[in-house]
Amino acid sequence: MHDQPSVSELVQAVKSFIDETAGPNLTGHAAFHARVASNALATVLRDLEHRTANEAAEAARLISLLDASQSDDLASLNARLSEKIRSGELTSETPGLLEHLKATTIAQVEIDQPRYSGLRTAKS
Amino acid sequence: MGSKSDFENSLRTLFTRVFGESAELDSFRRLSGGASQETWALSGGSHEAILRRAPGGTSGARSSAAIGLPAEAKLISAAETAGVPVPKVLHILSPEDNIGDGFVMSWVKGETIARPILRNDEFDGARRALARQCGAALASIHTIPIETAPPELQSSDGLAQIAQYEDIYRSFEAPRPVFELALQWLKTNAPQPMDPVLVHGDFRLGNLMVDENGLVAVLDWELAHIGDPREDIAWICVNSWRFGQTENRVGGFGQLEDLLDAYNSSAGCSLSSTEIDWWEMLGTLKWGVMCMIMYEAFRSGADPSVERAAIGRRVSETEIDLINLLEAAHA
Repeated sequence: MHDQPSVSELVQAVKSFIDETAGPNLTGHAAFHARVASNALATVLRDLEHRTANEAAEAARLISLLDASQSDDLASLNARLSEKIRSGELTSETPGLLEHLKATTIAQVEIDQPRYSGLRTAKS
Repeated sequence: MGSKSDFENSLRTLFTRVFGESAELDSFRRLSGGASQETWALSGGSHEAILRRAPGGTSGARSSAAIGLPAEAKLISAAETAGVPVPKVLHILSPEDNIGDGFVMSWVKGETIARPILRNDEFDGARRALARQCGAALASIHTIPIETAPPELQSSDGLAQIAQYEDIYRSFEAPRPVFELALQWLKTNAPQPMDPVLVHGDFRLGNLMVDENGLVAVLDWELAHIGDPREDIAWICVNSWRFGQTENRVGGFGQLEDLLDAYNSSAGCSLSSTEIDWWEMLGTLKWGVMCMIMYEAFRSGADPSVERAAIGRRVSETEIDLINLLEAAHA
């Protein structure tokens, strides 16, 4: 498959169109939605860039925390983690659990809402 | 509902019904605001008023948590009697008004939007006074006699809310380990309930009318219920409602100790800031599930807007707040 323009380049081009051409011609609720759309595309760009590395790091931590197999996929690892927390087998006292959840959530917020105040608190 | 001119004619009739035969409606405009209610500004001569009505002039339809506009109007009047700063309810709509469910109230001047209140110089004095004013207002709200509250109000304490929001979260079948840990922690560390009081349910910037001297009116009573007084105090402390000013625990403008000082001396109790921590964790989880609900409106196709889609990527904000609170609880 061709990759010129790449997915990131296409998204960036649409974001520039919204920011520089379409957005300034809108008013009221539509202008608000244009800003939301532009922010959503910024999230898409960060997600495209970081998801693969983030998910690999998350899976490696989960395999260690759950003593799981290297072949387990991320969704089933997280389902198992959720179940173990729900059953009380893992708690906020369990060594490594809060650290794992914090690392995973910091990576997620850095993609979703990098200017969010709670992210600064978590990293301080 | 009928045509636009029908609506205008109904508003004219309503205006004279509220202000007398000599009053004449000059202008009316829709104010920006929630999808759950329509808010209209009405003016004519020296008279001004706000109309809150159901979207499109419907009647009876409401979400399960909201108490409905007629009950909200009765509650605002009860709050006024209890000394809470609120707009004055001037008229509750009846079928003969022909514009659906709703009520007319006095037009209280000020600002509701968080960012100017938190940033603009004109609100310097307001920001210094607001935490104590909120404490006093909450103490008054919590003295409204439960038996005078409209029967629409539901009863919901901390554990009931955990169960309610856990059910909603599980119905989406999208497991989030941070939510699981917060749910477990909340259940394990649940405090003894306090005597139930009338709780506003959405006491935060956005629902408070503020002028340069501080709080002038508590608005948007549709999520009121019977519950634990600490719920209201903690909700305005949830980090999302600090609008970026995270160092000021109360709403981004004040300190919890000041709010509690005013609350305790008004209500005659001795709540401490550590007693609010559990409720702030619950409030944060609730806001996270509410963001999931709003995203679900997109996922289900009910609301295809980009705004509803994007709010799904704000759930992680509440996850990082929960992590910060869990870490603090274990420090």
